[in-house]
Amino acid sequence: MIIRILGEGQFKLDDKHLDRLNKIDNEIVEHVSKGNKVEFRKDLAKLISIIKEEGEPLDPVEIVSSDVIIPPGDMSIAEAKKVFCGPGLIEG
Amino acid sequence: MGFLDRVSTVVQAKMNKIMDKIEDPRETLDLSYEKQLQLLQNVKRGVAEVTTSKKRIELQKTKLQASIDKLDSQAKEALAANREDLARKALENKAGLQSQSSSLDQQIADLNDQQQKLIAAESRLAAKVEAFRTKKETIKAQYSAAEAQVKVTESVTGISEEMADVGMAVQRAEEKTDNMLARSAALDELLESGTLTDLSGDDELGRELAKAKAQGSVDDELAKMKAEMKK
Repeated sequence: MIIRILGEGQFKLDDKHLDRLNKIDNEIVEHVSKGNKVEFRKDLAKLISIIKEEGEPLDPVEIVSSDVIIPPGDMSIAEAKKVFCGPGLIEG
Repeated sequence: MGFLDRVSTVVQAKMNKIMDKIEDPRETLDLSYEKQLQLLQNVKRGVAEVTTSKKRIELQKTKLQASIDKLDSQAKEALAANREDLARKALENKAGLQSQSSSLDQQIADLNDQQQKLIAAESRLAAKVEAFRTKKETIKAQYSAAEAQVKVTESVTGISEEMADVGMAVQRAEEKTDNMLARSAALDELLESGTLTDLSGDDELGRELAKAKAQGSVDDELAKMKAEMKK
């Protein structure tokens, strides 16, 4: 599985970690909806550190699309809310 | 839908914008390559901007430290002149500046982080762009083959994702830098107006301190004269 952490490039990660990522993903959704800032940052950081620790950075000359895209670690909960309601973290 | 799915959707929407309005696959390759080169220039500019901002804030931190040192010695002078009230005021101002100073440390650390990330992004993008250029020529040469079409889509999609990512990183860095520069300008104004720092200048405290010191030396001289006259 290829994962991109926005701002930090792509990583190759074994599929066996997907369940763990999904679980944290669901928790992040909950933190965003409840506006729980501290937990949001903590889980986002956890998500990113799992990918960096378990995964391998992809050789930059490889041009492939990612299966999963992870927001940057310094994303604020306000930006995360925009991902759910507005045009997203990237303005066209 | 999970959070990550949404983030991916957002990035894909951006990618589609990058790839928009292209019909001939060979044109797609060339146009995408042009955009990649433009983006590479943007990233370089972004790195330069972050570097300049960091230098500016570091300079401000140096100035702030000088003011802190000055207030510290003024507090000592005030105490020596038996003016605890003035010493207290100087130390209060010093505490204010110290908290500004640690906020600057945080900003410098943030900018450093941005700088490192952008430099890494630049080198990743440069490697990808070069790889894309080679691939582009290969694909163009075999354009008649049916698989060429697939390869065009694959490589353009792959590189568009990188471009969306890097474009966003530059945008975020710019927003953060603008924000910090605005705060830095506000702090400069405070420092220049002397509200926080200038106890020895034209302000009331500075005059009081100068007066107290002058009074001290007058007292000393009087005492000396009295002593001499008694002889």
